[in-house]
Amino acid sequence: MTAPAAAPGDPPLIEALHAGRVLGGTVPVTLVKDATLTIGKGEFVAITGPSGSGKSSLLYLLGLLDHPTSGEVRIRGEATAGMDDDERASLRLATIGFVFQFHFLLPEFSALANVMIPMRRLGVRSDREMRTRAEEILASLGLADHGHKRPDQLSGGQRQRVAVARALANDPPLILADEPTGSLDTKSTGQVFDILDGIVRREGRTVVAVTHDLDLAGRMQRRIHLVDGMIVSDKAATAPVA
Amino acid sequence: MIRLLLDLALTHIAGRGRQTAVSVLGVALGVGFSIAMAALMQGSQNDLIDTLVTEYPHVTVSVDTRKPRPQPASDVFDAAAYSGLRPRDDRRGILNPAAVESALRSWVPGRVSGTLALQATARYGGSDVGVQVIGIDPDRYVTVAPLADNMVQGRVADLKATASRIIMGDGVAEKLGASVGSTVTLSSSQGIARRFKVVGIFNSGVSAEDDVMVYVFLKNAQTLAEQSSAISDIRVSLDDPYQADAVADRIERTVALDAKSWQEANQSLLEAIFVRNVIMYTVVGAILLVAGFGIFNIVSTITHEKARDIAILKSLGFRAADMRRLFLLEGLAMGTVGSVLGWALGFALTMVLGSIRFEVKAEVEMTHLPVTVDWTHYALAAVFAMASAAIAGYLPARRAASLNPVDIIRGAT
Repeated sequence: MTAPAAAPGDPPLIEALHAGRVLGGTVPVTLVKDATLTIGKGEFVAITGPSGSGKSSLLYLLGLLDHPTSGEVRIRGEATAGMDDDERASLRLATIGFVFQFHFLLPEFSALANVMIPMRRLGVRSDREMRTRAEEILASLGLADHGHKRPDQLSGGQRQRVAVARALANDPPLILADEPTGSLDTKSTGQVFDILDGIVRREGRTVVAVTHDLDLAGRMQRRIHLVDGMIVSDKAATAPVA
Repeated sequence: MIRLLLDLALTHIAGRGRQTAVSVLGVALGVGFSIAMAALMQGSQNDLIDTLVTEYPHVTVSVDTRKPRPQPASDVFDAAAYSGLRPRDDRRGILNPAAVESALRSWVPGRVSGTLALQATARYGGSDVGVQVIGIDPDRYVTVAPLADNMVQGRVADLKATASRIIMGDGVAEKLGASVGSTVTLSSSQGIARRFKVVGIFNSGVSAEDDVMVYVFLKNAQTLAEQSSAISDIRVSLDDPYQADAVADRIERTVALDAKSWQEANQSLLEAIFVRNVIMYTVVGAILLVAGFGIFNIVSTITHEKARDIAILKSLGFRAADMRRLFLLEGLAMGTVGSVLGWALGFALTMVLGSIRFEVKAEVEMTHLPVTVDWTHYALAAVFAMASAAIAGYLPARRAASLNPVDIIRGAT
């Protein structure tokens, strides 16, 4: 089991304390139940489980996209329950990068412009710095020559890499990925996985990825397995990292 | 930040080019026609008021409705009834006119001219025409009325010659068959008849005047009325026509005569203009509101079409307020482009309308449509258009902002 690599007094990056999510309605549906976990800096965590087990729902709770109906989620020790939507949005903007199964790039904007959008929203860099940084990120992901292309001119794997670049735009310590390779072929899957792996190893960021690909999950440092919305195991991956 | 939203907004709009063009065109047509309509309304109103101010005296001083003299019994008894009382008919017109006229001349900011009006029959050849005779002092009268400008033949000063001379409206001349040089006979209701030589013809543009009015020298009119030195009306022309109400008030207080400003004399006309303006602004508002529906339609379509983009932007860390601003901007962008195009269209329409010329023989002769280019019309139409565009953008924007990204992302996977 990977212990939180944080020194005392330095709160973990992300914590869930008995977090649960129940969809209201005439027949309430439990998505996540009593999830307690701690994820520190520089971890590469897989969330696995059968479909419908609440993997994505847990990720949305951790990423502040959704509110827990019970328990709480803390980011760097800070309780998020009392935050309003705007505060959560600001926290997401600067702290969390998302990658989804579908690239979700804005179709009318070039790859470069898509990567720049979160930076422009944050508004701490000058136009030139933003452009330079976006070009650097794209180049580091092997997309140096594709910055001017629109998403529909890119392959599936390239699009997903642009989406990763966009998640990295504001230099967040945490990347949350929801089936990032779910719609990719084997080769692209390998590329995207290597990129995520590199983000953890070289840049010291934390990546939490939902996946149903047990082979991939096995290559990550830590695996959290869910069944019916409950965490049934949380341990270091058995297979050695390649 | 606002540039980013503007980029996004313009991209969304551009993605629906044809629909956007139709909505923008809707606003442009609304703004354009509103401006053209306002130009025409304002133009005709100004034209009418100009006519009132130039053709009619700014203040007319005349005698109050004549009443019988107060009876001594009223002073003694609380209640008294009389029958068969008549006003005295020994004198007509203003008492002591010379004193009144010079009193007015001492303080009124403008020009003053006393006239005597009476009814008479003009006879020439075989035809009799009922006319209104105005006795004037030609030198003074031209300073209070546009008679000199309206002369078609002859000059007003020609009246001053010793012989009896007359200037008549072209309508009167036509009915009589008289022309300059003819000698017509005027018979007053007092039974006095005098022969006058026609020295001038005028056309004021107001048929009601041209068909009945004739001008003679004041002395001649007094002879016809059998009342030497009588004056029935004093016409006042002011330097600032809009002071007429105040001046009329002061005249009434100081000389105990009835003074009517041009506004008071034309009150029902001015009220009609006001009602017309209310109608105009209502119609303009309605046109632009309808144009707003086009914007509502397209922004609404965009929010549906771009639900996924909204979800992704919100998950990236955009706030609900950002989304509201984004779609509000889209509505306003269309409203702005529509307004600017509408200004051009409205100006062009105004120019076209203003250049149309035609002949109408009505109460006031018009040879072209009167139009006024007034920047307030442009500002007002744009404000209306922008307001309706803002509302049209805000309604779908609010819905888009409240969208929960998780719902969309879940739906997509």
